[in-house]
Amino acid sequence: MQIAELSVLLVWAAATALAIALVAFATDLARLSGTRSEARAVARAAREAVAVGAGPTSAGAAYGPGTSDAGPTPVRRRAAGIGMSTTWLGALLLLAAIVLRGIAAGRTPWANMYEFTLVGTFVALAVFLGVNLRRDARFLGAFVAGLGTLFLVLGVNVFYIEAMGVQPALQKYWLVIHVGVAISATGIFTVSFVASALQLLRDGRDSGSPYLASWRWLDSLPTPTALEAQSFRLNAVGFVLWTFTIIGGAIWAEDAWGRYWGWDPKEVWSFVIWVVYAAYLHARTTRGWSGRPAAWFVVVGYACVLFNFTGVNLIFNGKHSYSGL
Amino acid sequence: MREAERAEAEGAEVEREPREAGRAAGGYVPEGISDAFAEGARGVREPAAGGGRPPSGGPSLPSLGWVGALRWIWRQLTSMRVALMLLMLLAVAAVPGSVLPQRNQDQAKVLEYLADNPTAGEWLDRFGFFDVYSSAWFSAIYLLLFVSLVGCILPRSAAHWRALRGRPPRVPSRFGRFPATGTVTSSATPDEVVAAVADHLRGRPWLPTFRVDVAAEQATDTRPAAATVSAERGYLRESGNLVFHLALVGLLVSVATGQLLHYRGQAIVTEGRGFANAVVDYDTFEKGAWFQASSLSPFSMTLDAFESDFASDTVAFGQARDFTAYVTVTEPAGDSHAETVKVNHPLVVDGAKIYLQGNGFAPDITVTDADGEVAFSGRVPFLPEDTMYTSRGVVKVPDVSAGLEQIGLVGYFLPTAVFEEDGTVRSGFPQPTDPLLVLEVYRGDLGLDEGVPQNVYRLDTASLTTSVDETGERVRLLVRPGETVELPDGLGTVSLGAEIPRYVALDLRHDPSLAYVLVFALLALGGLTVSLFTPRRRVWVRATVSDGGSTVVRVAGLARGDDAGLQPEVDRVLAAVPGTHQEG
Ligand code: HEM
Repeated sequence: MQIAELSVLLVWAAATALAIALVAFATDLARLSGTRSEARAVARAAREAVAVGAGPTSAGAAYGPGTSDAGPTPVRRRAAGIGMSTTWLGALLLLAAIVLRGIAAGRTPWANMYEFTLVGTFVALAVFLGVNLRRDARFLGAFVAGLGTLFLVLGVNVFYIEAMGVQPALQKYWLVIHVGVAISATGIFTVSFVASALQLLRDGRDSGSPYLASWRWLDSLPTPTALEAQSFRLNAVGFVLWTFTIIGGAIWAEDAWGRYWGWDPKEVWSFVIWVVYAAYLHARTTRGWSGRPAAWFVVVGYACVLFNFTGVNLIFNGKHSYSGL
Repeated sequence: MREAERAEAEGAEVEREPREAGRAAGGYVPEGISDAFAEGARGVREPAAGGGRPPSGGPSLPSLGWVGALRWIWRQLTSMRVALMLLMLLAVAAVPGSVLPQRNQDQAKVLEYLADNPTAGEWLDRFGFFDVYSSAWFSAIYLLLFVSLVGCILPRSAAHWRALRGRPPRVPSRFGRFPATGTVTSSATPDEVVAAVADHLRGRPWLPTFRVDVAAEQATDTRPAAATVSAERGYLRESGNLVFHLALVGLLVSVATGQLLHYRGQAIVTEGRGFANAVVDYDTFEKGAWFQASSLSPFSMTLDAFESDFASDTVAFGQARDFTAYVTVTEPAGDSHAETVKVNHPLVVDGAKIYLQGNGFAPDITVTDADGEVAFSGRVPFLPEDTMYTSRGVVKVPDVSAGLEQIGLVGYFLPTAVFEEDGTVRSGFPQPTDPLLVLEVYRGDLGLDEGVPQNVYRLDTASLTTSVDETGERVRLLVRPGETVELPDGLGTVSLGAEIPRYVALDLRHDPSLAYVLVFALLALGGLTVSLFTPRRRVWVRATVSDGGSTVVRVAGLARGDDAGLQPEVDRVLAAVPGTHQEG
């Protein structure tokens, strides 16, 4: 069998592992939601007590560190354990697929949409697994694994092209740096998006949204504040990487295209993404905009990231037409 | 919503702390910012300043005449809320430029769009939608944003400058409400505890962490005497933030300066020929408002050879792999040297960069007219239209002999001609393995005598006569290298040179601001990283002697923004307390 074909097989294997992880993590969330409803009633009572305005368990305590783990109830979470192992397995299979793809093409394996999808998914998985080494963030698992499965299946079915070399404009070490950093930022934004989306859902349920009344699994998530903190930590890293992506891209464009900035569609959307995340950072510290409104910026920002990757490549005809499709 | 409440609550809480907290924190906070860390400072100062505006106040209308109105506008403009609005507006305003064709990128596409959508197009054009990034509205947004930024950042810089030389804020009276707290009991005396903790907080001499003040509190009616430590770290966080914002201003200014001073010229050069770096030698030339012709360094350049390499495996068949232009550069002083220009590797001559932007074939074409006179002879660049270098070109032949018509030849150059079943020809590979010229012939008035500038790559055939054969089909001349072929209708002959010279499209660009642009961009990146990842923390310690005679040590910590490391920081302080028995 050819190396390139083996790589595709491994991608399918990774997608399968992630699909299993998705099911496992979802089972875990469903189980937790049973055990957590009680805890939630207690927490609500406590919160109301705070609102009345007494005691050292002030609102500030909920913002302190240590609240990001899901809570004190010791539940056996076998399903989550299975989810973690299969996610590890999926990540390793995907890594092997990426390496083989690089060998087959004889270059860095991130020069077109298919490869970008593989590597971006891998980074998202790696970030998720990495965060879990330091604190319990398994509640993100169902969504990270779900998005990962979706991306891999889309990648193979829609974006796939044969492994081959690249045209002269791409032959530079900046391919490794600029694109590599862009993919890392995208992977990180994927995980922070999940955290912010969950924050919005949980916040909506806590404030009594009728649409979310039946979504009991939301109760087993950390507080919206803890989710926001988690999302921010990732977004901060993602934003710095994105800034570097743009600067690196400009330096490269200066050599490859003869200008560092030319408002090419890809450049426009990278700029839009940057401004949206900058607005997010400002919103967080602006009175009346922190919390829920700020989280919407993350959702919008991530939508722009996805559009920049898919729409801009496929619809607009710019200089970044390297998808090979 | 709950977050905002929290911020208010914390602000209010810190407000009750000693007044010095305000001065040490540096004071200035932009209108509308929500920041418990700095807000404490504000809470302290404002009542002293005699009321002031309500901290969370929405726009309150001015009642002070136009000076007041101006001040009100300025305050709004430099508020966080307006900065946020402007950022959102900027993001939205940038989008149409990626959807609609833009003049500075593709003039032809804009014309096409205008032709297809006459009404909408005209209105869009009127509002600058085909020049979004130089339009009045786009410029207004980012200029306002930068005014806002400067108005916001300058006072903050001044405050930070003072804060840098300030001391940590004094120990608050109560620790209860801080996000991270801890208590231990120690057998050491309060002074020993404080000395050890201060030592720990200061860090190593070569890597200081906290700025530390040690003090003593006298006993009062309500509380016993105590030894205290107040410490603060992470001044660099605000420094980074300011560097970042100021670097953005620097970036904008240097980009704008570059726009004013830059020039860019395009030249098509065929093998064996050259060009001089002078405005007249460029096919197109574009320059900034402050450009001076004297900034064109008078060097010249010859294209000695051009080499290209294409993939020939089945997967990537015909894909470009490498382009190299071999050139000789002659400096103004007269000495010359050989150089290469490649994609991604521009050649730098006297600060100007020369880019290899395109390449193609420029066949040598000679046309003799009906009288046998040579009416045209020269290399004609054909523009590639696909990856196999199917290239389109035009030959405009003037009327050199009296009484003859002008001749236009339009057609394709195919580096590797492949004949299809149906008689059509196409190019099968980008390299000249079997070159063929395919031409149609027109005659009439090409407008060559009017002296009107014309696009050399286009022939308007509307008013011309087409040569047809007996069946009424357009005549299609096939010419191979070294051949001479009769033109139809006795117009004369056309011949193709045996060698097919290559041409390169070179872009020459000079922008004196590049180094500044890069430096400011990197400063912004560095400042941003420092400001996002430097923890800014305050730690306070109070050690008192309890009734039982042991020393009770209380520690509180406050951080700016989310800081998962705050409690560990407090825990480390607790661990540094000497003589501890048990944790509280
Ligand atoms: C070109 C427009 C701007 C961009 C791209 C931008 C970007 C940023 C970024 C990325 C941060 C994050 C740093 C951090 O969170 O510590 C930040 C922080 C900040 N920006 Fe801006 N900014 C812009 C304009 C403004 C303006 C107009 C103001 C004032 C009205 C402003 C005030 C601030 C303040 C006060 C902070 C610090 C927030 C804090 O204290 O944590 N910025 N800015």
